[in-house]
Amino acid sequence: MRNAWTLTKVRMRLALRNRAFIFFSLVFPLIFLFLFLGLFARSNVAAVPYMLASVLAITVMGSFWGLSIQLVTFREQGILRRFRVAPVGPGAMLASSILSNYILTLPTVAIEFALARRIFHMQGWGNLGGVFFLITLGIVTFAALGLIIASVTNSTQETQVINQILWSAFLFLSGATLPLPMLPIWLQRFALFLPATYLVTGLERVMVARVGIRQIEPEIVALAVSAAMAFFLSQQLFRWEPEAKVGPRAKVLAAATIVPFLLLGLWETAHGNLRSTARTDFLSIERSAPADRPAPLNAPR
Amino acid sequence: MSAPIIEVHNLTKNYGAVKALRGVSFEVQEGEVFGLLGPNGAGKTSTVEILEGLRPPDGGIVSVCGLDPQSPGSAFKQEIGAVLQSTALPDKLRVGEAISMFASFYKRRRDPAALLKRFGLEEKRNTFYSYLSGGQKQRLALAMSLVNEPRVLFLDEPTAGLDPQVRREIYTIIEELKKERKTILLTTHYIEEAEKLCDRVAIIDQGRVIAQGTPRELKQRSAGTTRIELRLARPESDAALKQLEGVADCHASDGVYVVHSTRVPQTIVSLVKYLEANGNELSSLDIAAPSLEDVFLELTGRRLRD
Repeated sequence: MRNAWTLTKVRMRLALRNRAFIFFSLVFPLIFLFLFLGLFARSNVAAVPYMLASVLAITVMGSFWGLSIQLVTFREQGILRRFRVAPVGPGAMLASSILSNYILTLPTVAIEFALARRIFHMQGWGNLGGVFFLITLGIVTFAALGLIIASVTNSTQETQVINQILWSAFLFLSGATLPLPMLPIWLQRFALFLPATYLVTGLERVMVARVGIRQIEPEIVALAVSAAMAFFLSQQLFRWEPEAKVGPRAKVLAAATIVPFLLLGLWETAHGNLRSTARTDFLSIERSAPADRPAPLNAPR
Repeated sequence: MSAPIIEVHNLTKNYGAVKALRGVSFEVQEGEVFGLLGPNGAGKTSTVEILEGLRPPDGGIVSVCGLDPQSPGSAFKQEIGAVLQSTALPDKLRVGEAISMFASFYKRRRDPAALLKRFGLEEKRNTFYSYLSGGQKQRLALAMSLVNEPRVLFLDEPTAGLDPQVRREIYTIIEELKKERKTILLTTHYIEEAEKLCDRVAIIDQGRVIAQGTPRELKQRSAGTTRIELRLARPESDAALKQLEGVADCHASDGVYVVHSTRVPQTIVSLVKYLEANGNELSSLDIAAPSLEDVFLELTGRRLRD
């Protein structure tokens, strides 16, 4: 535990000295904040929490990107093998990845809240406890997914390609950029199988409808089980050596991380009400739009 | 004599079809500087990485400080220090942060500031790793390897790629460690390094230990021959020089002919006669005591850097 904390402090320092990290973890989410809230919630204060939920989800989902690249770079450059001859285990290395990411993401979240209140006049805080809980769980889950990506890729280039594909899916198919009810029905059904969708809809529910975390239990269970599986599997698949290549069996094992979302997606498709609650939350902000201003978005039924 | 601190018996390691180690055996006593000398690809790094616990062996028995390097837990790693063939740290990590971080991983630890001072890095403590020169990086690697007061120190090619001046600095540091009776396993392909620093040397080639002993003992193996280094005005064939009286072996490298002779006076007389008869001249001639290079040559028929 002490080693994990030492590594966490060092990795936080390294991240803060990295301009790319500052851009992607602070500047980039704030660009989304001003874009979303400025365009869609400027004249509709009731839409601010809904849009803020999307921005928070984007901030949280970004966890997996930098973390996977950093770990693979450390492995490629032979940095990890220097740690390997010291009494440092994979658990400490992986836990420090998640913990440093978590601590460094929280200030961005706080700034986003402060700006939403100060500049965009957001009323109230939503269910703040629920938001904090979901953000914590979301960062841990997406950071753990980053660890899995780092475990199954052999080079920085390969990691970037996989990150790009996942990031695009998370960003555009989960409701984070385009509200879920606006997507074609077949895409909405596909979105039920993405971890990002549960984070986005969970945050929308606690921010807009201010529901308690008991009412978003499926989302929480899926995120928590996935985080636990991803952390466990990334420990099993951890590679210190640049030349240690991952085999097809490990890739299959890593794919098990998405099992909770497959199960939840199937359950949601058959019995769930995620799509209808997402639609309700979305329509509630549309209804509150000023009468002189046409509703900006039309949701398909 | 007490039990060896490092024991290696019949060690084997394969990388696919390549047999990197074919039954390597040696022992190292506490307080000894032991060298693994051999050309690139001989199996030195594979051996040392197995001893450091970085690679599992395919066969044989290995013990360091009475522990199996592959044993789970941190007990083994608490006992060793290592300078890897290439140490890498994050570019934006400061020197002081790096050594303090590694010190914090161990139960037994030395004062990081004192180590930086000892290795001449005190003024660099706030410098990013990426801004250090090659020599400074290697001194930092050495300082980091000592943060836990290791019982055994592994140095894998510690001077490879460094310029001669920096190499001499590293030699001085290793000599100081030797005076402190630190147990060191050193791999190198530099003859000078092995002769200067090691109490005992194992010469390793193609995955096998082909000779071991003190540098003096090993050189005595070549005592039957004396090395004559000569330069000629015009090139001659090795084969022609091998025909001279008393010559056991001859090879040329960079314009220098190295002749191993069992009877030096006769060889020189017949050399002069041969050159005169062929209208050639001697530019220089040195008679040298045999080195470990000669031992290697005698055992393998190749030079260390071939």
